[in-house]
Amino acid sequence: MDVRFINPFLNGTVQVLKTMAFVEPRAGKPFLKRDSLARGDISGIIGLTGSARGSLALSFTESCILKIVSNMLGEEIKTLNGDIKDAVGEITNMVSGAARKELETLGFNITAAIPTVVAGKDHSISHVLGGPSIIIPFETPHGPFVVDICIGGGGQ
Amino acid sequence: MSVNKNLKILIVDDFATMRKVIRNLLKQGGFENVVEAEDGAAALKMLKSQQVDFIISDWNMPNMSGLDLLKAVRADDELKALPFLMVTAEALKDNVVAAVKAGVSNYIVKPFTAEVLNEKIEKIVKSLAA
Repeated sequence: MDVRFINPFLNGTVQVLKTMAFVEPRAGKPFLKRDSLARGDISGIIGLTGSARGSLALSFTESCILKIVSNMLGEEIKTLNGDIKDAVGEITNMVSGAARKELETLGFNITAAIPTVVAGKDHSISHVLGGPSIIIPFETPHGPFVVDICIGGGGQ
Repeated sequence: MSVNKNLKILIVDDFATMRKVIRNLLKQGGFENVVEAEDGAAALKMLKSQQVDFIISDWNMPNMSGLDLLKAVRADDELKALPFLMVTAEALKDNVVAAVKAGVSNYIVKPFTAEVLNEKIEKIVKSLAA
């Protein structure tokens, strides 16, 4: 995968969570993931097409997403309910938008599909291109989450 | 000139959570007269049956997108003067150009703060009153 794809998704994630949820995540060192197992309890996945294609997933641990969405809504949420699933889809959509805006400046014109959300322990993430994917791990005071990207075909 | 905080604002977004987030951000700016619709088609139906002063709409929605809603509003003699703020994750140049061509009043790219949202509303309302 082209390493130029990493920073836009990293920056987009930080920007979205800082602005909408007042949470400032710290990024760890990216690594390669060869299996389809999600690294969190709930994941938002979105397909990307255009001058590069693939998919982006954000996979949150339960404690982390409960705090993020509670902050976004201004009310405490204690379980992975419909509001949480809805918010994970919207966060994934916003991160994709922010990253695609940055990628546009690098010459990539990418459009996104409607995000889907999957929840449950040990759920799978099926990337459009099959994998392997790059994981960008993040830490927050409320628990970890990861950005899981598998994009290719840029040819630029 | 201060902006009338009793403006009836219609929030259009297919994500209930996002409608709730925008409602909370509007509340911080003193706007509490808010109604909601889950897509462009539902919004258009609502606009035909009740008076609304301001529209805040997402772009990507099933049934009728924000852009199609904007075009329908601008093509309707009774609705065409309504202020229309597009709130979307789509920041690509082509999207902005398409929205401007369709007559959007202003455009906010997600993520955004309460300050940005309320500044945009005040700017639109003041420009209409000028």
